Amino acid sequence: MANVISDETIEYVGILAKLELSDQEKEQAKSDMGRMLDYIDKLGELDTADVEPMSHVFPVQNVFREDVVSNGDDRERLLSNAPQEKDGMFMAPRTFD
Amino acid sequence: MNMTDMTAVQLSAAIRAGETTAVEATEAVLARIEEEDKKYNCYVTVDREGALARAKEVQAQIEAGDLVGPLAGVPVALKDNLCTQGLLTTCSSKILHNFVPTYTAEAVRNLIRAGAVILGKTNMDEFAMGSTTETSAFGPTKNPRNAEHVPGGSSGGSAAAVAAGECVYAIGSDTGGSIRQPASYCGVVGMKPTYGTVSRYGLIAYGSSLDQIGPLTKDVTDCAAVLEVLASHDEKDSTSVTRDDTDFTSALTEDVEGLRIGVPNDYLGEGLDEEVKTAVLQAAEVLEKKGAMVERFDLSLVEYAIPAYYTIAAAEASSNLERFDGVKYGYRTEEYAGLHNMYKKSRSEGFGEEVKRRIMLGSFVLSSGYYDAYYLKALKVKALIKKAFDEAFAKYDIILGPVAPTTAPKLGESLADPIRMYLGDIYTIAVNLAGLPGISVPCGQDSKGLPIGLQMIGDCFQEKKLIRAAYTYELCQKKR
Amino acid sequence: MYKEYETVIGLEVHVELATRTKIFCGCSTAFGAEPNTQTCPVCTGMPGSLPVLNRQVLEYAIAVGLATNCDITRYSKFDRKNYFYPDNPQNYQISQLYLPICRNGGVEIETAGGGVKTVGIHEIHMEEDAGKLIHDEWEDCSLVDYNRSGVPLIEIVSEPDMRSAEEVIAYLEKLRLVIQYLGASDCKLQEGSMRADVNLSVREMGTKAFGTRTEMKNLNSFKAITRAIEGERERQIELIEAGESVVQETRRWDDARGESYAMRSKEDAQDYRYFPDPDLTPVSVSDKMLDEIRARQPEFRTEKMKRYKEEFDIPAYDIEIITGEKPLADIFEATVALGSQPKKVSNWLMGETLRLMKEREKDASDLCFSPENLAKLIALTDAKVINSSVAKEVFEVMFEKDIDPEKYVEEKGLKTVNDEGALKKTVEDVIAANPQSVEDYRNGKEKAIGFLVGQTMKAMKGKADPGAVNRMLKELL
Repeated sequence: MANVISDETIEYVGILAKLELSDQEKEQAKSDMGRMLDYIDKLGELDTADVEPMSHVFPVQNVFREDVVSNGDDRERLLSNAPQEKDGMFMAPRTFD
Repeated sequence: MNMTDMTAVQLSAAIRAGETTAVEATEAVLARIEEEDKKYNCYVTVDREGALARAKEVQAQIEAGDLVGPLAGVPVALKDNLCTQGLLTTCSSKILHNFVPTYTAEAVRNLIRAGAVILGKTNMDEFAMGSTTETSAFGPTKNPRNAEHVPGGSSGGSAAAVAAGECVYAIGSDTGGSIRQPASYCGVVGMKPTYGTVSRYGLIAYGSSLDQIGPLTKDVTDCAAVLEVLASHDEKDSTSVTRDDTDFTSALTEDVEGLRIGVPNDYLGEGLDEEVKTAVLQAAEVLEKKGAMVERFDLSLVEYAIPAYYTIAAAEASSNLERFDGVKYGYRTEEYAGLHNMYKKSRSEGFGEEVKRRIMLGSFVLSSGYYDAYYLKALKVKALIKKAFDEAFAKYDIILGPVAPTTAPKLGESLADPIRMYLGDIYTIAVNLAGLPGISVPCGQDSKGLPIGLQMIGDCFQEKKLIRAAYTYELCQKKR
Repeated sequence: MYKEYETVIGLEVHVELATRTKIFCGCSTAFGAEPNTQTCPVCTGMPGSLPVLNRQVLEYAIAVGLATNCDITRYSKFDRKNYFYPDNPQNYQISQLYLPICRNGGVEIETAGGGVKTVGIHEIHMEEDAGKLIHDEWEDCSLVDYNRSGVPLIEIVSEPDMRSAEEVIAYLEKLRLVIQYLGASDCKLQEGSMRADVNLSVREMGTKAFGTRTEMKNLNSFKAITRAIEGERERQIELIEAGESVVQETRRWDDARGESYAMRSKEDAQDYRYFPDPDLTPVSVSDKMLDEIRARQPEFRTEKMKRYKEEFDIPAYDIEIITGEKPLADIFEATVALGSQPKKVSNWLMGETLRLMKEREKDASDLCFSPENLAKLIALTDAKVINSSVAKEVFEVMFEKDIDPEKYVEEKGLKTVNDEGALKKTVEDVIAANPQSVEDYRNGKEKAIGFLVGQTMKAMKGKADPGAVNRMLKELL
């Protein structure tokens, strides 16, 4: 395996992705990611120096909407899925120190 | 009249002719679900009351002459990643185990306008990540052709429901083969249209630049009829394309005279099961006999599609799935210490292994220092793959090959080795990268009796050529 | 011997655009609604929802770019900035990193020495605002309101060209004026429709290399900005003098305590994993679109000042003040267009209007009286239908609520009494009642007449013409 994923990397990616892995899952993730990256490294065989990256397949552009209010109050339904709510708002763990 | 064996077009015609009613049809299919679904687990949610109430309403509209389309009154099953207002939508994930959307996906609204009766929501690989429907949080779906085998995935529940008669037709989504491959494994017809043809508004995203909604049906005629209803330009989806050629049923003609068909050597090489290869080449011969010009050629770059795809899809997925955080909807962990711990615990407990694997990979390839080497590189390879297809379509109207290297594997055999599982997508994935339409049509079975699928790929917006070829092939099969 | 340090400052200015709807959905941007009543699946990050760009946002962004001498990017894209926070419903913010809509601009500011310098603009990009978090003490949690989520912003990123708080304020004033003139935003720091983050570093005078910079957030007024700049400059110099190093970090300014603190956390990796948003299509700006926006660009302040100087006979100082706030200039021009004398309009704006704005802590954009009614008020005074103190009284009412002064004067009976007989009678009564003042006046104390005028005005409940009273008194004495 050419790509060796360190504990630090898995820890760091866990912070980015907001995933908390058990020690066993971490070992698995290190090995899985290493193998996937080895596989992805295959792309390096292709010379893409003069290739423009393609994010959209079609040249569709300038899709706009006009500045006209089209939505009304949908609060009740919006909040119906909330794990916790109060006073018409979503309740989350505190964000202030 | 055995309504569960009828195609959608046949059934609707019978309902509109007064030979049966939408209610009777719905009851018949619900009875079949009742009977069979314990065996196959095609559904996450069956909306019995909703379906019957809707059937009554549709029947009244048909009788009043307000609904005249070829799908009016026909019961349909929806993949559980399509938002349905008031009806549980889980993506087969614990993290959405209790999520009830506040709105309905545009594609589903199109079906409703055409008089569809929604039976319920079908099982899938969690967030459409997988090729077997075994990553579902609600247990695997089994292949109705042989219940020891997987139905394929990720739209496995939809494909199996069609095959088992637990719906008349179904809707799936295809990010890297997720309609075509389960259709192939279950012996039904499945189509992934050109990117932008069906609105993605209300489809819970996996890989936004690759996802397309499409039909899973009993035959090519239904496939064309359903796609005709699904397709629409939607102002709510910026990537939606305006087309004036979505009268797909007009392509249901037995005529492949002069059609240029290319069979890529790259799709017939190492890893392809001999029985699958034989069946696919026989299908090519059938079309050749009907007047098509069939030729072998080198497509190139085929082995690069999978690594490019997994980089792009994982990157997009890692971002698309950030919204599942325990604040606004879905699962929130019981106990936590502070905000970030709540995020981490909810997500770690709410997502399954395969989803976490792809989120981790996607977060990594986008992270500081790796973006150019991985993500940007993959987008460049995507451009090269698109170019290879452009060159192929300069010579051919249709590219023909297998859908998958093998027939459906046994349950439990695939998940242990993710990369091997990913390799199974080798013939379907490039189609999504290039935004092309692709159809899967049954072309026989292997010695174990498992269905084999024939894949035909068209250039962008050339669905009609695919439908014409598939329809012609299907007629020849029936005549045999 | 102390070393001399130079402060190097760059700004990231967020401006909320004055669109009717949000950047990617049709929800209203109006202020003051009940929490979460201006939301939809898009701006609350519901699964399956998709964004579509508001055309007006693009047009405003381009207009600001043109007005600040930027190059307009002809092929622009939106990117996702990924970070988890409850006010960010998708946990990514749609912004622009790789191909922002405007680049390489700059505006001129006046420096303390009376010179002029250019502050470079690195880029302007479009993005969406976050929702609002409210701390609930009772439950010890945060409550989330997504009414502001998806409100369109432009972020104007300057080059590190400023060297003092004065230059920063001058730059912000310049931006505010340009954007207000465009009608693209009201740019209120206090209300958050204009927000400035300060990137600051210090270096020894004369050195070329930049020091390590910090980013300061939560600056809600020019005063706070000035204090924060002074505070951060000193903090960094102290660190350097003590042989320590400045850490590159984001700091939050606490204006009440006059100090800042680092916003650091292990969970805050500051690795935003930007990538092009696959849900949005690229924006291609054609020559035609650019020409149309250019043709709609308004007369900006410099041109306006020049024109006022040529067209109107009003003092240079008045021109400076009036053109310094777009709403004032608008009222001025519209009132003059209705036939009022420019100097008189200017006097109303420079005098009573500014006084009441200061007294009642109102911005120019809060002004509610119409040019029509101001013109009527001026006409009423010109025709001596009311005297100047009554006019001021009426104006105070107009300032709060745009009433018609003609009707108001009529209804409240505030017209000047022009009845000679009634006036004579009152003056005679006042003379009789104030023999001491009368005698003083007759003995040459000119001032005493002022008292008598005042007494007469009081007796007539202010509804007399003071000039006529004065004349009548002199006549009868």
